[in-house]
Amino acid sequence: MEPIRKHEGLVFPLNRANVDTDQIIPKQFLKRISRQGFGQFVFYNWRFDSKGELRNDFSLNQPKYENTSILVAGENFGCGSSREHAPWALQDYGFRVIIAPSYADIFYNNCTKNGILPVILTEDEVQTLINNAEAEQYHLTVDLETKKVYDSQGFEATFDLDDYKREMLLNGWDDIAVTLSHADKIDQFEAARD
Amino acid sequence: MRKPKTVIEKIWEKHIVHHEEGKPDLLYIDLHLVHEVTSPQAFEGLRMNNRKVRRPDRTFATMDHNVPTIHRNVIKDEVSKTQMETLKVNCEEFGVPLADIHHPDQGIVHVIGPELGLTQPGKTIVCGDSHTSTHGAFGALAFGIGTSEVEHVLATQTIWQAKPKTLNVKVDGKLGKGVTAKDLILAIIGKFGVKFGTGYVIEYTGEAVRSLSMEGRMTVCNMSIEAGARAGLISPDDTTVEFLRGRRHVPEGEAFDQLAEEWKALATDEGAVYDETVEINAEEIEPQVTWGTNPGMCIPVSETVPTVEDGTNENEKEEIKRALEYMGLKGGEPIDSVPIEHVFIGSCTNSRLADLRKASEIVKGHKVNPNVRAIVVPGSHSVKAQAEAEGIDVIFKEAGFEWREAGCSMCLAMNDDVVPEGERCASTSNRNFEGRQGTGARTHLVSPEMAAAAAIKGHFYDVRHLDVHATI
Ligand code: SF4
Repeated sequence: MEPIRKHEGLVFPLNRANVDTDQIIPKQFLKRISRQGFGQFVFYNWRFDSKGELRNDFSLNQPKYENTSILVAGENFGCGSSREHAPWALQDYGFRVIIAPSYADIFYNNCTKNGILPVILTEDEVQTLINNAEAEQYHLTVDLETKKVYDSQGFEATFDLDDYKREMLLNGWDDIAVTLSHADKIDQFEAARD
Repeated sequence: MRKPKTVIEKIWEKHIVHHEEGKPDLLYIDLHLVHEVTSPQAFEGLRMNNRKVRRPDRTFATMDHNVPTIHRNVIKDEVSKTQMETLKVNCEEFGVPLADIHHPDQGIVHVIGPELGLTQPGKTIVCGDSHTSTHGAFGALAFGIGTSEVEHVLATQTIWQAKPKTLNVKVDGKLGKGVTAKDLILAIIGKFGVKFGTGYVIEYTGEAVRSLSMEGRMTVCNMSIEAGARAGLISPDDTTVEFLRGRRHVPEGEAFDQLAEEWKALATDEGAVYDETVEINAEEIEPQVTWGTNPGMCIPVSETVPTVEDGTNENEKEEIKRALEYMGLKGGEPIDSVPIEHVFIGSCTNSRLADLRKASEIVKGHKVNPNVRAIVVPGSHSVKAQAEAEGIDVIFKEAGFEWREAGCSMCLAMNDDVVPEGERCASTSNRNFEGRQGTGARTHLVSPEMAAAAAIKGHFYDVRHLDVHATI
């Protein structure tokens, strides 16, 4: 997976709480057997009408958010199904960072395993970012090394991420390789039980 | 004296393979359940890295999410077909046991685990599906994982997990007549919200929980994820032991009795401390109906749908407005006057034999309302066979229900069982998200008994007021 250290990008504001994974990627797109190519289906039912035409009333479709890479949303983002297709779709669409006041647990984990950095800020901070990004084209920098989010106009906030996940993201490491370095312990554990 | 512990802590401690301060624990996984939708990319990853499945004997696969429920051999959707074929090839290549679409053990993964006795107290159980929490009903630590984690468990039989906080959901009192486990869990989520469990593992305790059957306990634990908790469980007791006695994957005779004692010893100790406790009284719970687009948006059947003004702040008002719009409701109307066009009895929440029995008791001697299309989808092949042996299928069919083959079906409408846009469904499943049962479909979550009553009346109806002809 691609490491992520410091990311600067255009913010897309999604001022909604409890955005579930069925919204992020509807189930009719879960049937592929590879990890690629899900980006075109992200937020499908919001982006497209029943005839498959782009909807004007969903702001992600507006040209000003083209090339966005930072998604800012309301609390409990990514609730519902465990489908990892949700982060695959977000990542494939171009998002590298998500900022929200809280996440569903499984989604949060799925992000860190796919090179998406899920940042937790306070509700007030998130609301500020959403307001800024709704008003004009708005860029943010997210620095995973210092765990800071800032813009060029003086906004600055810090966030937390556990050391393990941080290390994995910073280095773009594969979980399994790390675990297999403990293979002897797994062997011992099994020998003691089976 | 030993420090009193919760069942959650006891299971956790028994499964730590590696522990380092400040990092998640490496936890051993006893049982890994696999299905066709969240596994192809995981097997592909193994293949690319030349890795094996470490313990095929602790892995079990089935097909449930997009299997057809009318004619088993007619899979109209090519991509669904590919997914099922891919699972078959993967299981053969990696030596994983598979109950495929024609196998007598096939069914929804969370129905067959317990049915076969694979699910047992004290086990750690994972599956690439968020409703894995269902297995917690047995006093197992069971949670859903993403596909990268599926790959990780296949390769290592372990998973990295930060120790969760514990949350006691205590339900005192007794559930009233006609009030079910489904109403209980909906009422809990309605009262405390869709994210009160985030970051926690829930243990359900109290008199009302103890008196639930295993099927009822599964219904409750199933929806823990709808409260934000990855896992929800119930301490093992005699009810648990008796359910498992004689199942295929548990030992027999003395070995079973010995195991049963070990299981019961896992129950939370008197005086154990939880990080958090919430309480609800079972006596005050009525049959529930969801009105909105998440499971927390539910009300007792005797009440009216909320209006935008009921929101306590701007965000909430906006949320209610969006939900009412999507659901095609005005707000303020009595929920029991809302007409429906579809009824779905099924899903890993409510498709077990006990669920079908209870719904059939309501249905017996009645007819499905002419405006309603109603289907029953048993949770597994074996549930279907048992129900047929008891004549339950006949009761449903005589009343005008369609009687289907086992699978997830209309719970997420990945196969052909879809609710058309703008139409309304009384559903015994667990998610009423926008588009869940089909683009633009309007889902109302209810118990099997309430779904049966709605099928007969053509609108929501308090099942406690319905004439029941059944003598079974
Ligand atoms: S029945 Fe529904 S919720 Fe349960 S596993 Fe199948 S799709 Fe998921």
